[in-house]
Amino acid sequence: MITKDNYKKSIKPYQPKPPLILNCVKAFVIGGLICVIGQGLMIFYMEVFGFTQKQAGNPTVTTLILIAAILTGFGVYDKLGQFAGAGSAVPVTGFANSITSAAMEHRSEGIVLGVASNMFKLAGSVIVFGTVAAYVVGVVRYIVQQFL
Amino acid sequence: MDFFWAFVVGGLICVIGQILLDVFKLTPAHVMSSFVVAGAVLDGFNLYDKLIEFAGAGATVPITSFGHSLLHGAMAQSEEHGFLGIAIGIFQLTSAGIASAILFGFIVAILFRPKG
Repeated sequence: MITKDNYKKSIKPYQPKPPLILNCVKAFVIGGLICVIGQGLMIFYMEVFGFTQKQAGNPTVTTLILIAAILTGFGVYDKLGQFAGAGSAVPVTGFANSITSAAMEHRSEGIVLGVASNMFKLAGSVIVFGTVAAYVVGVVRYIVQQFL
Repeated sequence: MDFFWAFVVGGLICVIGQILLDVFKLTPAHVMSSFVVAGAVLDGFNLYDKLIEFAGAGATVPITSFGHSLLHGAMAQSEEHGFLGIAIGIFQLTSAGIASAILFGFIVAILFRPKG
């Protein structure tokens, strides 16, 4: 009897093993470099516009999102993603990439039903889980604060 | 030195993500969702701010900082408005990121054609 669980187990020996160390090195380097670009942008906004480190966070993230959206438009970011794996998916640029690529993919179905309704197909889970987790943690912390 | 620690910490967060992908066979959506939850939980113990002080963009650029910002906005408003403030403030700090991602994503999808 093949069920979902033992099917997964039975095909395991036939699945290619990912080169873990190499993938981790790639993810480390590309993810690190994206953060270095972010650090450079942050210092730029702090020096030129006189923002504090906290205030510089928003323009930095916005600039990275803009860059990632444009690179996705040219098809560059997805090539980077194939090379870097989590290195390009985990930074906020990966979030922008998932929104932009989902929107582009469904462009042929129209602007309303295609682009707008499918935009959050992948990124929606991030916002849903982020909001639920932050709300739960926020409520717990609020209650703890009231008693301390 | 700022750049060095941003590189190392940001890179290490991505390595954790890669291990979740390769060893635990999670999908990228699962990894991103878990990271956002992890960021919110770490911030609940005031740990994420320490990481940002130490690593700068190495901690603010990975998606974990999204969970941290959600909670920060919620806690800031809850000081003013009490319990209801949690829901009022939750998107306060992240609105720039979400709005720009929607806006740029929309514009790019209108202007560009997908390749291959």
